[in-house]
Amino acid sequence: MFYRENGQFKTSYVADQQIFPIVQDRLVILLLLAVAFVATPLLASDYTFRAILIPFLIMSLAALGVNVLVGYCGQISLGSGAFMAVGAYGAYNFFVRVPDMPLIPALILGGLCATFFGILFGLPSLRVKGLYLAVATLAAQFFSDWMFLRIKWLTNDSPSGSISVSELQVFGLSIDSAQSKYWFCLGILVVMALLTKNLVRGAIGREWMAIRDMDVAAAVIGIRPMYAKLSAFAVSSFIIGVAGALWAFVHLGAWEPAAFSVDISFRLLFMVIIGGLGSIMGAFFGAAFIVVLPILLNQFLPALFGLFGVEISTADVSHAELMIFGGLIVWFLIVEPHGLAKLWSTAKQKLRVWPFPY
Amino acid sequence: MKLSKLVIAAAVVAAGTTSLATGAFAQAKEQFFPLLSYRTGPYAPNGTPWANGKQDYLKMINARDGGINGVKLTYEECETGYATDRGVECYERLKSRPGVTLFDPQSTGITFALTEKAPADKMPLITLGYGLSVSQDGMAFKWNFPLMGSYWTGADILIQHIGKSLGGLDKLKGKKVALVYHDSPFGKEPIPLLQERSKMHGFDLQLLPVTAPGVEQKATWLQVRQSRPDYVLLWGWGVMNSTALKEAQATGYPRDKMYGVWWAGAEPDAKDVGDGAKGYHALALNSSSQQPKVIQEILKHVHAKGQGTGPKDEVGSVLYTRGVIIQMLGVEAVRRAQERYGKGKVMTSEQVRWGLENLALDQKRLDALGFTDVMRPLSTSCADHMGSTWARVHTWDGKKWNMSSDWYQADEQIIKPMVKAGADKYLSDKKMTRRAANDCQS
Repeated sequence: MFYRENGQFKTSYVADQQIFPIVQDRLVILLLLAVAFVATPLLASDYTFRAILIPFLIMSLAALGVNVLVGYCGQISLGSGAFMAVGAYGAYNFFVRVPDMPLIPALILGGLCATFFGILFGLPSLRVKGLYLAVATLAAQFFSDWMFLRIKWLTNDSPSGSISVSELQVFGLSIDSAQSKYWFCLGILVVMALLTKNLVRGAIGREWMAIRDMDVAAAVIGIRPMYAKLSAFAVSSFIIGVAGALWAFVHLGAWEPAAFSVDISFRLLFMVIIGGLGSIMGAFFGAAFIVVLPILLNQFLPALFGLFGVEISTADVSHAELMIFGGLIVWFLIVEPHGLAKLWSTAKQKLRVWPFPY
Repeated sequence: MKLSKLVIAAAVVAAGTTSLATGAFAQAKEQFFPLLSYRTGPYAPNGTPWANGKQDYLKMINARDGGINGVKLTYEECETGYATDRGVECYERLKSRPGVTLFDPQSTGITFALTEKAPADKMPLITLGYGLSVSQDGMAFKWNFPLMGSYWTGADILIQHIGKSLGGLDKLKGKKVALVYHDSPFGKEPIPLLQERSKMHGFDLQLLPVTAPGVEQKATWLQVRQSRPDYVLLWGWGVMNSTALKEAQATGYPRDKMYGVWWAGAEPDAKDVGDGAKGYHALALNSSSQQPKVIQEILKHVHAKGQGTGPKDEVGSVLYTRGVIIQMLGVEAVRRAQERYGKGKVMTSEQVRWGLENLALDQKRLDALGFTDVMRPLSTSCADHMGSTWARVHTWDGKKWNMSSDWYQADEQIIKPMVKAGADKYLSDKKMTRRAANDCQS
C-alpha cells in the first residue's frame, strides 16, 4: 500500500539510473541517515558508542570491502585480516614518520598500502580459483603476521611490538569523544559505501560479476580477467585497509599484530556470507550479526537466567554465547542460504504487494 | 508466522530484562570492582584461578569485615577471552558503573589498549607483574600501576639468579641463554633488558619466538636442540608453558636449566607434565600454599559457607594467590584513599588512584592482613608506581612448587635509566609532557 512504485514515471535516463529509483526507498534511506547522524548521537550512551556502534561501523566497512572481492568478483579471500593490518600499519607509519601528517591522508595512504599488498597477493587469482585461492590468500595472512612481528622498522622500533596513536584530529577538530569518533567513522563509511555502490552498478562492477558468474564466458565476450580480478583485489583491499586503519586508530588506540589475526579474516568472510554475497546491504547485516550479537548475548543471558533466579558464571555465559551464536549461523544458512540481505529483499517484495498478496 | 511471534516475544523479554538489570545497579554506598577475566580460550587454565582469587578476596572482605569501613564491595565479572577487542568492550561496559574502583586487565594486550583510554576516563589500571614495563615511571604514566614487578624486573632477577647459581655474574661470560617467548608484546617486553644484561656480562642471547597461542613449538625446540643453549628462559602464558615443557622433555633438554617468568610458573603449567617437569624453575612473585592466614580466612569465610568461586583445592595455588594479592592491593588502595577523603565513603576512581600512589604496606601491616611470607612490603610513590620488586625462584618437584631461593630485588642501576628513557620516548612520541611535581599532591 505504502511501498509501491505505481505512478512514478521516469522521463530521463538519469532518473532511471538513480541508486534508489523509488521515492519511498529514497525517503527511507534519508530517514536512516538522519537517524544515524543526528538522532543516534543524541540518544546513545558512551558505552553504546565505544563498544557497539563504532566497532559495528568499522567492521561494516571492512565487510563492504570483502564483499567487493568475494561477493561481486567471486574470489574467495582469507587474507582480509592481513589487508586490514597493512592498512593499519601503513597509516601508522605515515602518521608518525611524516611530520604533521593529517589523519585523513594518512588513512588514505594506509589504504593505498593495502591496495598494493592486495594486488600482490591477488596475482595467484589469475591462476587458481575457489578454495585453492582461499588457501593462497591465507598466505597473505601469515606473511603479514610475520612482517609486523619481525620487521622492527614497521612498528617504529617499539620494543614490545605494540604501537599506539593518540591526539587524532581532523581539520583541527579533536577525534577524542565517543560522538566525534562515531561521526568520523560514519562519515567515512557513508562515503565509501556510496562510492562502492556506484562502482558495482557501473561497468567495472558488471565485469566483476561476469567474472564471478563464469569467467570463461566473460573472457569470451571481451572482459579481461586479469584486469577485472586485480581491480577487484585493489578496490577491495583499499576499503579493507582503510577499515583496518580505523579499527586501529579509532577503536583500539593501541594494537599488536594479534589484533588482525586470521580470526578476523574468518569473521569477515562469515559476515559477508551471512549478510549476503554481492549486496551492499548485506555487509551491514553481516557486521551487525557478527559484531553485535555476541555482545548482546553476553549481556542478555545473565539477565535472562537472573529472571529465573539462576546465577550463571561468566565462563558458562561465554560458552553458551558461542553455542547459540554457532547455532544461529547454521540456522540462518539453512533457512536463508543467500544471507540476511535476501530476507531484506524478500520483505521488500512482500511489502510491495501488501495487503493483497498474489 | 509463528516465528515472528517468537521473535517479538524474545525482543519483549530482552527489553524487560535489560531494564531490570540496569535498575538494580542504582544503589549507593557500594564500591564496585569490575573484574576482567578469561575462563575460556587457550589461556583459561591460568586465567581461571587468577579470576577466582580476585573474586574470593572481595567475598571474604564482605563476609568478614562487612566491606571497607562499612562500604560494601560489589563486583561484576566480564569475560574477555584474552582478546583485546572484547577486553575493550568489557572496559567500556563496566567503567561507568557507580562507585567503580579500578581495572586489572589480566592481559598485556588489553593493558596496552586501556593505557590509551584510562587517562581520559580517569581510571587507574593495576598490572601486577605484567603490562608495560616503562609504566613504572609514575611521573609519565599517571594511571598505570605495575605493582610488585614488571617483565624487566622479572628478567633481571632471573639473570641475577642464574649468575648466583654459577657463582657470580662474571661467570655468565660466554654462556648461551635462549629466550623462548610468546610472540606478542607480552613475550617481547623483556628483550631490551636481556640485551642490556647480555652486553654487561658478555653472554650470548638467542631469541626464539613461539607463535601465539603456542601449541605448536616443534620448530623452536629443534633450534634449541641444535644450538644447545646453557639456559632457556621461558616467557610463556597459558597452554604455551606446558607445551614447552613437554617439548623440552621430548628434545631431552634438561628441565633444571629452564627458568620461567612468574607467568610460566603456576600449577596448570607443570601439572600435566608432572614428573617430566621436575627440576623446572620459575620466578615466584608470591607463595603458593593454603598456610597463609589470608588463605585460611578465605577458606573459613567463603569456602566453608559454600560460596567459593572455584574448587576448594585450588585455593592458595600460585595464580589464585596472585589474584588475592591484586585484589588486596586494590582494597588497600581504597582504604588508603578513605583515610584521606573520608572514611566510610565510596571512593571515586580518581581518589583510588591517589590511594594506589600512596600505598605503604610494611611488614606489620602485611602480617595483620595475613600476607606473612606471601609477599614482601610494598610502598609506592608518585615517581615509583611499582612499590617493590621482590621475587623468589621456585622449583617444581613433580607435584608442587617449592621455594628454592632467597628473595631477590631487581637492580635499580640497570632498570631505572631504561625506564626513564622508555617513558621519555613514549611521551615524546605522544607529544605529552611529564606530570608537574605539584600534581603529586592531588
